[in-house]
Amino acid sequence: MDASLIMVADKTNERNAGMDFNPDWLAKVQINRSAIERRAGSLGDRRSIKKHWQVAWLLQAISCIDLTTLAGDDTPGRVRRLCNKAMNPVRREILSSLDLEDLELSTGAVCVYHGMLETANQILARSRGQNARPVGLAAVSAGFPAGLNALPLRIAEIDASVAAGATEIDIVISRRHALSGNWRALYDEVRSFREASGEAHLKTILATGELGTLRNVAKASIVCMMAGADFIKTSTGKESVNATLAVSLVMVRCIRSYFEDTGYRIGFKPAGGISTAKDALNWLVLMKEELGVEWMQPELFRFGASSLLGDIERQLEHAATGIYSASYRNPMG
Amino acid sequence: MQNLREAMKTLDYGVAPESTAQVSEWLEAHGRVFGHFIDGEFINGTKRTQFETRNPASGEVLAKISQADKKIVNIAVAAAGRAQAKWASLPGFQRGRYLYAIARLIQKHSRLFAVLESLDNGKPIRESRTGDIPLVIRHFYHHAGWAQLLESEFSDYEAIGVAGQIIPWNFPLLMLAWKIAPALACGNTVVLKPAEYTSLTALLFAEICQQAKLPQGVVNIITGDGASGALLSGHPDIQKVAFTGSTVVGRRIREQTAGSGKKLTLELGGKSPFIVFDDADMDSAIEGLVDAIWFNQGQVCCAGSRLLVQEGIADQFHTRLRSRMDKLRVGDPLDKSVDLGAIVDPVQHEQIDRLVTEGVAQGASIYQATGQLPDKCPVGSFYPPTLLTGVESSDMVAQEEIFGPVLVSMTYRTPAEAVALANNVRYGLAASIWTENINLALDIAPKVHAGVVWINCTNQFDAATGFGGVKESGYGREGGREGLFEYLKLRFEANLKTANPATGTRLAVKADPSDDIDKTPKFYVGGKQVRPDSGYSRAVSDHKGQLAGFVGEGNRKDIRNAVEAARKASSWTSATAHSRAQVLYYLAENMSARQAELAGLLQKINGYSRKRAQTECQLSIQRLFYYAAWADKYDGDVHAAPIRGVTIAMKEASGIIGIACPEEQPLLGIISLLAPAIVMGNRVVMVTPSSNPLLASVLYQILDTSDVPGGVVNLIQGDRNTLSKTLADHYEVDHIWYFGDQEGSTMVEAASAASLKRTWVNYGKVRNWADNEQGQGQSFLRQSTEIKNIWVPYGE
Repeated sequence: MDASLIMVADKTNERNAGMDFNPDWLAKVQINRSAIERRAGSLGDRRSIKKHWQVAWLLQAISCIDLTTLAGDDTPGRVRRLCNKAMNPVRREILSSLDLEDLELSTGAVCVYHGMLETANQILARSRGQNARPVGLAAVSAGFPAGLNALPLRIAEIDASVAAGATEIDIVISRRHALSGNWRALYDEVRSFREASGEAHLKTILATGELGTLRNVAKASIVCMMAGADFIKTSTGKESVNATLAVSLVMVRCIRSYFEDTGYRIGFKPAGGISTAKDALNWLVLMKEELGVEWMQPELFRFGASSLLGDIERQLEHAATGIYSASYRNPMG
Repeated sequence: MQNLREAMKTLDYGVAPESTAQVSEWLEAHGRVFGHFIDGEFINGTKRTQFETRNPASGEVLAKISQADKKIVNIAVAAAGRAQAKWASLPGFQRGRYLYAIARLIQKHSRLFAVLESLDNGKPIRESRTGDIPLVIRHFYHHAGWAQLLESEFSDYEAIGVAGQIIPWNFPLLMLAWKIAPALACGNTVVLKPAEYTSLTALLFAEICQQAKLPQGVVNIITGDGASGALLSGHPDIQKVAFTGSTVVGRRIREQTAGSGKKLTLELGGKSPFIVFDDADMDSAIEGLVDAIWFNQGQVCCAGSRLLVQEGIADQFHTRLRSRMDKLRVGDPLDKSVDLGAIVDPVQHEQIDRLVTEGVAQGASIYQATGQLPDKCPVGSFYPPTLLTGVESSDMVAQEEIFGPVLVSMTYRTPAEAVALANNVRYGLAASIWTENINLALDIAPKVHAGVVWINCTNQFDAATGFGGVKESGYGREGGREGLFEYLKLRFEANLKTANPATGTRLAVKADPSDDIDKTPKFYVGGKQVRPDSGYSRAVSDHKGQLAGFVGEGNRKDIRNAVEAARKASSWTSATAHSRAQVLYYLAENMSARQAELAGLLQKINGYSRKRAQTECQLSIQRLFYYAAWADKYDGDVHAAPIRGVTIAMKEASGIIGIACPEEQPLLGIISLLAPAIVMGNRVVMVTPSSNPLLASVLYQILDTSDVPGGVVNLIQGDRNTLSKTLADHYEVDHIWYFGDQEGSTMVEAASAASLKRTWVNYGKVRNWADNEQGQGQSFLRQSTEIKNIWVPYGE
C-alpha cells in the first residue's frame, strides 16, 4: 500500500478492534455498478502472468485456499482426506521438478461444519509440526448457511466451535437486516459474534448473491468491519450467485477505505464458484491492483474453494513438465 | 529456478510478451518496403521517395514506405474517379456484401492487425487487441448494413463522389475504418492517406481489400507526410475531404478548400473536461480517469485531460488518484501487462515535455507515477503518467491540448461553476460527468459544449453512435445515421445553376412622388428598431429604377450589436419545442394579416406580378406552418450501442447562426431560412436581401407582434459580403449560412477557419425556394442542429 494513502496510523499487526457504529459513513457510500463491472471485466485483460511468474502466483494461490467441504454427507473419512490434502496440496514430484522439494506448502485452512471439527483437528494437529505455517481450522457457524436460527443458538454455536479447536469462524450475516436497511441491528449482531469468537478470527459472509445491490454489499462490508470482522467474505457457496469479480471489487475497495480511515487491514475471502487456475490469477490480480502485495498473503486473503486446488495442481504439472496433465494424476482432496 | 523463488517472494507480474513472429513474416514477405495501393495494386514509389517507419518503443526500423508526390496523388484520385459511378450504381446489397467481407477478413486476421498496430504505433497490445481492432470490425459490419438500407432510408440522397481522407497516427486502423466504411456504404470511392508514423495497418488493410475482391479503385491508399495530405485535400477532382487530426492542420484544410465546393468534415483537437461531483463513486471515477487520460498514452483527441473536481473532495480525490497512478505499468507495448506503451515519436515526446515544463514553471504542482519506466529504451519513447494540480484556468496547460498522459486538475464549487469551467476552452469534443445523482447528470450533459458526453463512463465508442465535436474541435459526425449524411448529398443539388451576376440595388433616378418616402426603415436588433451605426443610408429603387426609400447601411458594429443581442437571448434555446412552435404559428398568423403589404412591396420593388407576389407570401406562411409542425417532431434518437444503458442522440440548437439571405425570392428566402433556424432554438443574425430592402421593416413589425423574444431574430441590411465577413469571423457566431455568390461563399468558408464554425454556403448556385424539395425539408433542420450523443450506462 502506498504510504501516501495512509491517513491514520498504520496498525499492520493489530487485529481489527472495530469502531462505534457510524451511520454517516454508510450514508456516503456510492457505488456505480456499470463502472464497477467495467473495471472488474478489464482486470483479466490488463494483466497476464506467464511462465515462472505464473508458477509463483499459483503456489501463492494454494497457500490462500480454505480447502472446503460443506456438504450434508460429509463424514470423518471425507474430512480426513481433505485435511491430508491441505497439508500436502501438491504432489512431491511436481515440486521436485520445479526445484522446490524444500517448500513447505499447505493451504491456508480447511473449512468444515462444526460436526467435523474434531476429526479435522486431530489430523491438522500434525501440521503444527510439519508445515511451516500451520493449516488453519475454519468452522462455518452461526446457523450457516441461512443464518436464521435464534441469536443465542448462533452465539452458542460459535462458542462450541471455538471450544472444539476452530481457529477461524466463518459466520453468515442476517441478510434481512441488510435488505431492510437495519444496519444497526447487523452491527450489533456481528459485534456479538466477534465477542463470541474470542481469539479465533472472524470471517463474515455477506451472501452477496442475496443482497440485491452492490450498494448493499458495500454497506454490509463496512458494517461488518466496524463491528470487528477480521475478514469479509462474499458467499456461502449455497446462493445461486457466488463470488464475482464485480462484487469482490466493491468489497476490496471498502477494505481499502476502512484501512484509510482506521489503519486496520481487513482480509478478504471470495468463495463459491472459483474453480480454475485462471480464476485464481484474476482474483490475485484484483488484490494486487486494488490493495497491494500484502493482501495477497494468507493472513489477508483466502479463497473459499473445493475444486480449485485440483486445477491449479494440473497447471503446475504442466508448468513443470511442459505436458498437459489429467485430473487422475493428482491425489484428490 | 532462482527466478521462481524470487518471483514467489515479490509476486511481480514479470513479463508476458506477445509474439511478433507473424508480423515479421508479413513484413519480410514485402521485403520491408511498401508502395502505394492504387487501382487494386501496389505501386512502388521510387527509392528517392522512400522513408522509414519505426517501432517507437525501440527505435527499430520496421519498413520503408513511400512518400506520395503529385503524380501518385493524381493517379490515385483518377483511379477512384473511374471506379466511383459503377460502385455507386451497385445495389446496396452488393456494396454491403463487400463491406461484410472486409469485416470478416479483418476478424480472421485480427491478431496480425493488433500486433502490427502496436508495433508501429506503440500502443499497448491489450488496447489494440480488445479496443481498436474489435471496433474496426464492428464499424464495417455496421456499415455493411447501412449500404443495404441506404436506398430506402436516404432516398433523396446520392453519393458525393471521390473522398480524400486523411487520418492521424493515434488510432491508425480505427480511423481508417471510421472513414472508409461510411464512405463506401454510401457509394463513394476513396483515396486515404494514413499518418506517416503509422501507415502499416492501412497497407495490410489494402491486402484485405484485394482478398475481398473489392472492385479496383474503390479504395486507394497513399502514404506520405503532410505534404502528400495537402496534395490530396487540394486535388480538384475530389468532392469530399474528411480529416481527423490537429486543429492547426484542420484550419489549413478549411482555408485550402474554401470555395471549392468540397464537402468537409473535421475531427480535431480537444481539451475535454472530466467532471467529478462530490456524490460520485470516487474509486470508479478514478478508474474512469485511467481510461480517460492514460488510455493510448493520452494521445486521444477526446481524452479527459482536464479534471474538474468539486472542492470539498479534491484532496481525498487527488490522494487516491496518485496512489492509483503508482499502479500503472509503463513499458513494452507488446507486453500484455502494460498499461501505457510508447509515445508515437520523439517529436511528440518533446512536445509533451515542453508543455509540462512550462506548466510547472507557471506554478502547477507535478506528480509523476513512481512506477519504473523501462530501462534501455531509446530517449523519447516513454512518458510517465502525470498529474498537474494547482492549475488555474488562466494557465497554458489548462487551455492547450498536451496530447500525452498528462492530466491537469482544477476545482469548482457548484454545478454552474463546473459547467462554466468545462466550457472555458476553445474546444468542444467530449465530456465525462461523474455523479450518482441522475438529476444532476442529465442537467449538466446538455449544458456542456461537446459532441459526446459520457455519464459515469468515458471513451466509449460505437459504430451506431455519432462521434465528433463543436467549436475548434471541428464539425461533422462519424458513426451512426448522423455520420452517413457526411458522405451523401441531396440529389437535386447536382442540377442547381449558378445565379446571374447579382443585380443588387440599382441607382435611383428620381423619387416616385406617390410613395411614402418619409418612412424610416431601420435595423432590428435585440427586439428594437435601431438606426445604423454608420449614419449612412442607401437609396432603394423600385424595379423601374425610381427611388422607393432609404435603408440604413450596416457595418461591422451593427453586426457586433446584433450578435450581442442574440447572445443574450439564450432563453429561447431552452424554451420548449411546443412554445417555439406556438410562436411560429403566431408569426404565420400575423404575416397573413400583413400579406397585402408584403405582396405590394414585392410587386413594387421586385416587379412581381400580383399573383406571383401573393404566391410568395402564401408559400412563406406555409413554410412557417411547416417548421412549426416540425418543432416537436424533429427530435432525438436512442442509439443501439452495446452497453447496458441508453445512448441518447440529442439534437441541440447550434446556437447563434449568421444568415446571409438569398437575393432571389427575397421574402420566401428569408422565411425559408429563418423558420427552421429559430424553431430549433437558434438565435439568428440575418443579412436581409438587398433585392428588396424594405421587406425587413414590415417583417420586424410582424416579429414584434408575434411574441418572438427580443434578440432571437436580428435583421441587418447592407453589403452582403462585407457583413457576412464580419459574421464569418465572429467567434460568438456558431454557424454561418450564406446564400450569395461564389466569391462570397469562398470568403465565408475561408474566414470560418479561424473559429472553425460550421458553414453552409451555396457557391453562387440558386435554389428555387418555391419548390418544396429545394426550399424546405429535414436538411434545413439538420443544418440548424448539432447532434450530441450522451452515453448513460445504468444499473444498480
